[in-house]
Amino acid sequence: MAEKIDLQEIEVWDGNYAAAQAMRQAQIDVVAAYPITPSTPIVEGYANFMADGYIDGEFVMVESEHAAMSGCVGAAAAGGRVATATSSQGFALMVEVLYQASGMRLPIVLNVANRALAAPLNVRGDHSDMYLGRDSGWVQIDAFNAQEVYDMNLCAFRVGEHHDIRLPVMVHQDGFVTSHTAQNVRPLSDDDAYKFIGEYKPMDELLDFSRPVTHGAQTEEDWHFEHKARQHKALMDARPVIESVFAEFEKVSGRKYKRVESYMIEDAEVIIVALGSTVESARLAAQQLRDEEGIKAGVVGPRVIRPFPFDAIRDALENCKAIGAMDRSCPGGALGMLFNEVSAAVYTTAKRPLVTNYIYGLGGRDLAIVDIKAIFRELKANADAGKITTQIQQFIGLRGPKLAFFETREGK
Amino acid sequence: MSNVLSNEKRGMRELGAEKKVGWNEVTHGVVLHSFEDDAADIALRKAEDRKYSEFSSYTATVASWRVIKPVYNRDICIDCQNCWVWCPDSSIISRDKQILGIDYDHCKGCGVCVEVCPTNPKSLLMFGEALSSDDAIAQWPVKEKKEK
Repeated sequence: MAEKIDLQEIEVWDGNYAAAQAMRQAQIDVVAAYPITPSTPIVEGYANFMADGYIDGEFVMVESEHAAMSGCVGAAAAGGRVATATSSQGFALMVEVLYQASGMRLPIVLNVANRALAAPLNVRGDHSDMYLGRDSGWVQIDAFNAQEVYDMNLCAFRVGEHHDIRLPVMVHQDGFVTSHTAQNVRPLSDDDAYKFIGEYKPMDELLDFSRPVTHGAQTEEDWHFEHKARQHKALMDARPVIESVFAEFEKVSGRKYKRVESYMIEDAEVIIVALGSTVESARLAAQQLRDEEGIKAGVVGPRVIRPFPFDAIRDALENCKAIGAMDRSCPGGALGMLFNEVSAAVYTTAKRPLVTNYIYGLGGRDLAIVDIKAIFRELKANADAGKITTQIQQFIGLRGPKLAFFETREGK
Repeated sequence: MSNVLSNEKRGMRELGAEKKVGWNEVTHGVVLHSFEDDAADIALRKAEDRKYSEFSSYTATVASWRVIKPVYNRDICIDCQNCWVWCPDSSIISRDKQILGIDYDHCKGCGVCVEVCPTNPKSLLMFGEALSSDDAIAQWPVKEKKEK
């Protein structure tokens, strides 16, 4: 029997340690891992807990991230509660197996400390790996700070393991800025955390010898479409389940989460939509602009990226005038993912606010409060003019000549 | 023992002839159960006594692309079980250490059984798919004499 840890009401944890603590409290059966910067301390911390007698379970060191996720798939199919962590190149190597995990409907929890993708090789934070996984069929939850990393890990097990959902869940945090910055975190006690997550109830597990079962069967054109459609339906149906898990989490923690987090949007004319720790920076910038310049600025941060909150993000944005969609991933010859998906959502509203795209922070480039304020002022100019006054996609915080693409056709 | 070679559940449909249901009725994660009942004691039950599900290949015939087939000659066989051990598709039917014949619903015609048969002449030989087993046995070769 694993030893318990008496946690303080307020602990000083970075995002990685918060994830490791939540994984310890979840009483996971199998962690198969191949550590990579900046997520290394998550599985390192977990292995420490195991070595010190705080975990009953298996820790499998494998030869690659592809093997790590494969080990997780096998253990989850066998009927265990399973989790791991990765970043960047490791995430990229996992991608093939990410699709296996979701297609096989295995509720694995994957912590991702977001980091840029090579080349050029870079260990710093951006959202390239997060974006790489966005069609993989996983529930993707984004934590903006260490407290949320802890909280979202507890919620992730509940969401993924729900028998109507049965899908793997990623918990994203910004590499270094969140993963390595020590912050105050208010954890639940070991007993309360496990009580919230609950005992794992496997489905169709391989180790049930009274019901032998095949996982991962091949299907061709006669069955594949139906299975993928059912999988997509389960992911879409995760929206109310996530909401109910968040509501239950509020009862035990006092902390309230939503699929789309909104700050000062009630009267906002201009809103920045962003992910990760940028949401917190943007909140600070918005508050300062309200105080100093009277700009009615607001911030929207999708807590859940997949299933994409098309409904909730439309509710949050439909009454503003101009939106800046901030993408921290090189868009590879397109407009950014948040721009495209936010635009599609607000296009189906009556007022159709103006949307522009800002590419920022690649490879860990800092985004300062003054940069965000400048974006808000541009959005304000768009709102006042009733049309987009800048180019539609702009790179910000970039040295060299201004890099921007496409102009609006409104008013021509 | 008469139903062992051709029992009513085995090979009852072509592969792909299972009932096609809509997306709302397919199993989650392409999970396919092998048996319709509690299978805790399945190792103790013979194939013909097991309740294989519609999604077990046991109930399907998966041999439609075979072009040559092994034919079994009972008169020569010494029941050594070599073919039963080596067959990659569990298509040699044996009961109480006596070979009974070939499961033609699952045999792919690979010929491993013929290769591993130790008798002289062999008790299993490959023939064209169209030839009847009686005609095949009528043309069975005689014992080869050792050259001095």
